[in-house]
Amino acid sequence: MKDILILGIETSCDETAASVVKNGRTVLSNIISSQIALHTLYGGVVPEIASRKHIEKINPVIRQALSEASVTLDDIDAVGVTYGPGLVGALLVGVAEAKAIAYAKKLPLVGVHHIEGHVSANYIEHPDLEPPFLCLIVSGGHTHLVIVKDYGVFEILGRTRDDAAGEAFDKVARAIGLGYPGGPKIDKVSKEGNADAIQFPKGKVADSPYDFSFSGVKSAVLNYLNSMNMQGKPVSQADVAASFQKSVVEVLVEHTMQAAGDFKMKKVAIAGGVASNSALRNAMEEACRKRGFSFYRPSPIFCTDNGAMIGAAAYYEFIKGTRHGWDLNAVPSLRLGERI
Amino acid sequence: MKILALDSSGMVASAAILENDTLVAEYTINHKKTHSQTLLPMIDTIAAMTGTELTSLDAIAVSAGPGSFTGLRIGSATAKGLGLALDKPLISVSTLEALAYNLYGVPGLICPVMDARRDQVYTAVYRFKDDRLETAVGPCAVPVDELLTILARYQEQVTFLGDGVPVYQKQIEEKKTFPVFYAPAHLSRQRAGAVAALAKQYFLEGRTETADEHKPDYLRLSQAERERAERERAEKERAEKEKAGV
Repeated sequence: MKDILILGIETSCDETAASVVKNGRTVLSNIISSQIALHTLYGGVVPEIASRKHIEKINPVIRQALSEASVTLDDIDAVGVTYGPGLVGALLVGVAEAKAIAYAKKLPLVGVHHIEGHVSANYIEHPDLEPPFLCLIVSGGHTHLVIVKDYGVFEILGRTRDDAAGEAFDKVARAIGLGYPGGPKIDKVSKEGNADAIQFPKGKVADSPYDFSFSGVKSAVLNYLNSMNMQGKPVSQADVAASFQKSVVEVLVEHTMQAAGDFKMKKVAIAGGVASNSALRNAMEEACRKRGFSFYRPSPIFCTDNGAMIGAAAYYEFIKGTRHGWDLNAVPSLRLGERI
Repeated sequence: MKILALDSSGMVASAAILENDTLVAEYTINHKKTHSQTLLPMIDTIAAMTGTELTSLDAIAVSAGPGSFTGLRIGSATAKGLGLALDKPLISVSTLEALAYNLYGVPGLICPVMDARRDQVYTAVYRFKDDRLETAVGPCAVPVDELLTILARYQEQVTFLGDGVPVYQKQIEEKKTFPVFYAPAHLSRQRAGAVAALAKQYFLEGRTETADEHKPDYLRLSQAERERAERERAEKERAEKEKAGV
């Protein structure tokens, strides 16, 4: 069978990314232009600034993705692009660019759900991984526990009722003075802290064994900081970070294991930006090992927003026959499994 | 010479194909549907109806701003994607200049006004001299009152056009101290045909850019950058006062 090459484009938040992926699994290039340094000045992603940066970076990033893969657009079989969910202004840059390229080169256009991309990042380094499997998706904007029934087909078991896991990391990091981006900073400083120093509540939701709620944990951290402050007691940044992280990681692992048992899933994967958190990776791996489950996780470079995961997801959509028209729009609140 | 021109800087979405001195196609929609949904299908339609192969284009022109930030980026990203895929240069045309070009040859001053929100308009003042558009006042974002004060200095007839007219016509009528005209409906909004005609001039003068380097000309910082600059200025002033012992 002829190889299928997909150009994957991702601009849903603050990373301008493009990649060339062969047959959904082999990454020929993966270029990511991160704007973290820029947004750090503002303590978080500023949508208008992100969109402006995307416009400046998009062509060089795509060009580099093609040249590192040693291909030209004439070798590409389809263009895949994230069309939601995400920041609308940011998404629109990638969508307009992808449509124009596909149109000019008379190539099929495949719109990709950002979360489907994150899930598909697992296919890149695990040639043996095929649906069905259980996947926990945790990022700055999303917390989902899903059964991947087939490529691009999901059964959502649980989701966050309020803050996404990564959002809670960012907010707590800001509160304890670590700054943005919170995830990697908490991960790092936690290694020097005592995770049992403070008991923070777990992000469980009554009667919903697979749902999450992280606003309570976040508030508990803020209350703790306030109360220590009022009493004039010193706060250990590392202990707070480690204890908070433990509380979040435990609930993520517990719910995932519960679901794996309930639905008899032997394969468990994680995905999304927070999937590069070392405590989560270790805890999930250990829990899976104990129960004899196979555990899958992307390398950190495929956990962050990237074009390769979009190329991988687009490949499976492409061979299923998914095509989008020249009127494809960005859909900022696109739901997982929804087709527009 | 063949140019594809786009304008999605405001409510209007418009695409045109210019071949030498002939505007072979122009498709303009002034309706609510987002440019993301309309612009490329419009390009596709006019290319198909005129049998234009995109590979035969010499350049892609885009109305580069000022205007709606998102609208500008849809036009720019579309032009950049086409330029990258077809290996063609881009031509950035000022949205205000292209609007003024709708009124080719009109005597006196020509003043495009685009509703810029925050009680301001994106505007500039032009006049035609010897077949060419001459800039009297360069692009800026100002309150209409300030614009009227500037225009009053000339004491010439002024023809207004643009989507700022319906928003500010009453204010203009109340405060004008000079003869005022308003462009009729078919000339009063962005048209890719005018972008294409101006782009042809630019192209002949060698004023092209690569698809990679092109970006919109927003004329305004983002709100976050503006507020940060204001904060920094205030802090600097406070520090200087402290230093001076005030």
